[in-house]
Amino acid sequence: MANPLLQVKNLHTVFPTQSGEVRAVNGINFNLDRGKVLGIVGESGSGKSVTAYSILRILDYPGNISQGEILYDENDIVKMSNGNMRQIRGARISIIFQDPMTSLNPVYTVENQLTEAIRLHTDRDRKQARERALEMLQLVGVNEPQKRLKQYPYQLSGGMRQRVMIAMALACEPDILIADEPTTALDVTIQAQILELMQELKSKLGMAIIMITHDLGVIAEMCDEIIVMYAGRICERGSADEIFYNPKHEYTKGLLRSIPNTSLAKEVLTPIEGSPVDLLNMPKGCAFAARCGSAMKVCLTEQPEEIRINEDHLASCWLNIKNKAQNIAEGEQANG
Amino acid sequence: MAEHLLQVEGLKQHFPIKTGFLKKTMLKAVDGVSFTIDKGETLGLVGESGCGKTTVGRSLLRLYKPTAGVIRFKGEEITDTNIQGFRRQMQVVFQDPYSSLNPRMTVADIVGEPLDIHRLYKTQKEREEKIVYLLQMVGLNSDHSRRYAHEFSGGQRQRIGIARALAVDPEFIVCDEPVSALDVSIQAQVINTFEELQQRLGLAYLFIAHDLHVVHHMSRRIAVMYLGKIVETAVADDILARPMHPYTQALISAIPIPDPKKARLRKRIVLEGEVPSPLNLPSGCSFRTRCRYATEQCAQETPELRELAPGHEVSCWNPQ
Repeated sequence: MANPLLQVKNLHTVFPTQSGEVRAVNGINFNLDRGKVLGIVGESGSGKSVTAYSILRILDYPGNISQGEILYDENDIVKMSNGNMRQIRGARISIIFQDPMTSLNPVYTVENQLTEAIRLHTDRDRKQARERALEMLQLVGVNEPQKRLKQYPYQLSGGMRQRVMIAMALACEPDILIADEPTTALDVTIQAQILELMQELKSKLGMAIIMITHDLGVIAEMCDEIIVMYAGRICERGSADEIFYNPKHEYTKGLLRSIPNTSLAKEVLTPIEGSPVDLLNMPKGCAFAARCGSAMKVCLTEQPEEIRINEDHLASCWLNIKNKAQNIAEGEQANG
Repeated sequence: MAEHLLQVEGLKQHFPIKTGFLKKTMLKAVDGVSFTIDKGETLGLVGESGCGKTTVGRSLLRLYKPTAGVIRFKGEEITDTNIQGFRRQMQVVFQDPYSSLNPRMTVADIVGEPLDIHRLYKTQKEREEKIVYLLQMVGLNSDHSRRYAHEFSGGQRQRIGIARALAVDPEFIVCDEPVSALDVSIQAQVINTFEELQQRLGLAYLFIAHDLHVVHHMSRRIAVMYLGKIVETAVADDILARPMHPYTQALISAIPIPDPKKARLRKRIVLEGEVPSPLNLPSGCSFRTRCRYATEQCAQETPELRELAPGHEVSCWNPQ
């Protein structure tokens, strides 16, 4: 079997602050295969964006990767020199940010910003870079691309700006596109346009996408595989169908229960009680235990290990470990 | 016919915008909106950003002076001179729990301020008791009252905002995107709080949001807005099951479905283009520039809301 395109192994990212160390990402593992869409869900503060920034090494000071490996094409991104990293960032792995209003530079034209990336990473000259920029704008469905090249970001609407961001990210035909909440700031009809566009481009260009969002709807539409994060750890990961139809972590179950669904029957929503954990005061055991309806004693004192539910599904919850242990014990009894 | 709690007729809210030297254009944020809300009922108002839904809420409360139109509360018309009396009966919960609470005030002062303004207590002890009662009603406790807003999470802040709105014992609350800024797991908590309070206190809500799922869950009836006008209004289930206006259909089909199998199967209607500028509205029906069914008539005549099924009004020349 071919190696995965990207392998994240035991990644820890920390932010040392005056009041203590914030462990934003706390030992996560996952793989990304070529041409697949991987979704990372979680609420604010769960470490999903920090994971993305770690992969690109664009963490804000004082954040740093304290442990772990990120293997891209067999090379470890964590240990790479800044120069080599620059060859990858924006060319092989690129990112679109949540807020298209603030992630474009207001004092440069669209052309300026688009061609910068192209000229840095390829040996095209100014004229060729301009042609490429034009081609990219057409690809992402910007109308009147000739005119748009001369415009400044403030002259474009939110949806247009996000298209320009996508054009910029894809200009060098990356292997991996990281989309950090790409549609959260947009209206639903524009969100539909952008999601449709990303799906179309994925099949056209064959890149892998890491889709970061808190919207389970977006995840369901886009992703082949899903990672559910809570407080810097992975609760559960697996294929989209497994996560949605066979959730094995209490947090995932809670998330799925708390969204109002489209079916016409109105039921009372079942929220997850309590508030998200304080990352400065992480509990000793499972981070979700304080809000979990089925928490046991062991959940408060020890962290659950990740166990395999089936071929496409892994979860870290003591309930599963207990069930598995029980099944084995019963099996032995039956055999003995 | 029983009297409506709130009755809005032909509400217009235009803002003058400078578009050049000595040149002004009218921005028609709300352009002739009519609806009613009964006691204890929730009307949901959905639409995309810039469609005027927030402006409707603010005009109702006279945070703006409406350009035209009549607003009646319990049969009595609200005017500039008698608004004071209505303020006690109509309150608002804002979208952003981070900027709608004064960071320099303790929770007790935030929740107590409406009590102070309307002089709703006789002794200091009574004031404190009321504050604790209000905090408990929204699921906070008395320990929280000495703290400042920044010490709370988003969901808790929104609860403080709700307690503040409830302080004067209102009958009607404008909820302006009250859960949009919250995480999914917290959203459900706050939505449940709104529903519990409605049952307990018989409150009526105007629930403004862009998330149709949330609005459908909360509301008995839904009104869909596009560029300052209501384009469709019906009972919540009807809107989702049988949308007749092409815009409502596109809006519903654009919502991502949190169910991978259903999501793969359905065919999405993706609207072309973008919302036109409200400064330069298209002639006739303002949706025609993005509409798949637009005809000659749509460009010439503006459609009015017509009742096409019992309780289901649509403003479209070619309803589907």
